[in-house]
Amino acid sequence: MISNKAKKQIDAWVAKYPEGHQSSAVMEALKIVQAENDNRLTSDTIQAVADYLAMPGIAAAEVATFYENYNHKPVGKHTIRFCHNISCMLNGSDELITHLENKLGVKTGEVTPDGLINVKKVECLGACVGAPMFQIGDQYYENLTADKIDEIVDGLK
Amino acid sequence: MNEVCFKNLDQKDPWSLKTYEASGGYSVWRKILKGELTPEQIIDELKTSGLRGRGGAGFPTGLKWSFMPRNANMQKYVVCNSDEGEPGTCKDRDILRFNPHSVIEGMAIGGFVMNATKGYNYIRGEFMEPFYRFEDALKEAYDAGLLGENIDGSSVSFDLYTHLGAGAYICGEETALLESLEGKKGQPRFKPPFPANIGLFGMPTTINNTESFASVPDILAKGGQWFADIGVANSGGCKLFSVTGHVNKPENFEVPMGLPFKDLLEMAGGIREGRTLKAVIPGGSSTPVLTAEVAMGMTMDYDGIEKAGSMLGAGSVIIMDDSTCMVEALTRLAHFYYDESCGQCTPCREGTGWLYRVLKRIMDGNGKADDIDLLMSVQDKIMGNTICALGDAAAMPVESFLRNFREEFEYYIEHGKSMVKG
Repeated sequence: MISNKAKKQIDAWVAKYPEGHQSSAVMEALKIVQAENDNRLTSDTIQAVADYLAMPGIAAAEVATFYENYNHKPVGKHTIRFCHNISCMLNGSDELITHLENKLGVKTGEVTPDGLINVKKVECLGACVGAPMFQIGDQYYENLTADKIDEIVDGLK
Repeated sequence: MNEVCFKNLDQKDPWSLKTYEASGGYSVWRKILKGELTPEQIIDELKTSGLRGRGGAGFPTGLKWSFMPRNANMQKYVVCNSDEGEPGTCKDRDILRFNPHSVIEGMAIGGFVMNATKGYNYIRGEFMEPFYRFEDALKEAYDAGLLGENIDGSSVSFDLYTHLGAGAYICGEETALLESLEGKKGQPRFKPPFPANIGLFGMPTTINNTESFASVPDILAKGGQWFADIGVANSGGCKLFSVTGHVNKPENFEVPMGLPFKDLLEMAGGIREGRTLKAVIPGGSSTPVLTAEVAMGMTMDYDGIEKAGSMLGAGSVIIMDDSTCMVEALTRLAHFYYDESCGQCTPCREGTGWLYRVLKRIMDGNGKADDIDLLMSVQDKIMGNTICALGDAAAMPVESFLRNFREEFEYYIEHGKSMVKG
């Protein structure tokens, strides 16, 4: 359930914490396992992470459901995380989210029929001087306009 | 402008060890390694400098460092809070991206002062570019022999690691951050015991904000008095202000404390053409909103902003012009606190939901005549009744929006539509 490659990545995080505190790595371990399982977690993968880190399954499940960056339902290959908090809102994020929804033909929370993209409204991502902005994968896209959004989305494969 | 954290911003590769050292970086750390500086001297300089915690609470850094039981015979930790998430705040992201070595040196100095040989930099999970930049800088510092055990043959040891969050505003609260570092839900702890006594993994721990750590090396290189003189009484030095919203040139500015707000607004290019200033949130979404009139007479320092009726917070200045519907703005903020409440304390968990739902029904055209009283009552019952400050942070915007812009809420309830947007 956890590949050898993922185990190596998890081990590198475990090494950062004192002996016996390997559960400190649970947040990254869940992300690593999520990334190689269709970008979502299931009770089985959460349990596998817990077993690997020798912690109770319920403790890993608490973490997996408390934090925002874990998915428990099917998502697209790319999740567009669109900030709609105050600085982005003042700069037109609501209108741009509507533009994006219309372009993709799906609402926030839905996945495009080809399984490629889903849009999620998120709270402040800490790039307010570049508002409006969204995140795809590791990358931030700032000072968005409708044209810029079209270009970025058309480039997603 | 740009004298400390941003001083290398216009240099080539400002994030590199080469650039950092060329401007005097690691000179203080090297003095420490040679045994030329004592912890007491450093704490005295920090106290003189007037540096106060840049994450929002404004607690004097020198004093905080003096609370650590440095001679206790146990592992101690320094932790950097880079879990930047207060709406309107985006300064630590730029420090991590453009001046990561100042954070490393600041944390290492803190480790020496508090006799803590291990440090963690907790970076919010979405900040991947800053994370990679910081990791690269860490590698440079290790390769240059600036970190590790018995560094450069001295008796000084300091190891530094990164930890990534996974999307939770509450982890910016220091004890929630410690829970998260231990691999748990980020729910704040009761204080006391304070982290200086029982912190990370049960050991003495001091947590400071990214900008606070980044300011330390220059303060010690140039002297506490030099830093204090940049600012004003009770607000030493310079500070990063994130100016966002309805301005022509939103940007992070590192300016002397005490700068008039109107000058800062001008630096950000002023209000968009054809518009006028309506409201300002001076320190991040949790701090009370001010009217344009009050804001224009305010100075940007702890006392100046407090005198105006708000707080400096993290220096996150959110500018709203006359096109802003204050009901909509507050509803958005209320949704944020509702979403981010960790659920531990009933007044916050339930109260933030009440605040959001009542505001939402006003915006849906279903507001009731006594909804303003209801909102005031709910925020009052949250205020001061929770373990951590998130409860207060959710309450303060409500109280200040209703006090300063009450007529807009009354209009919305009566007419079922916005007074500003129609």
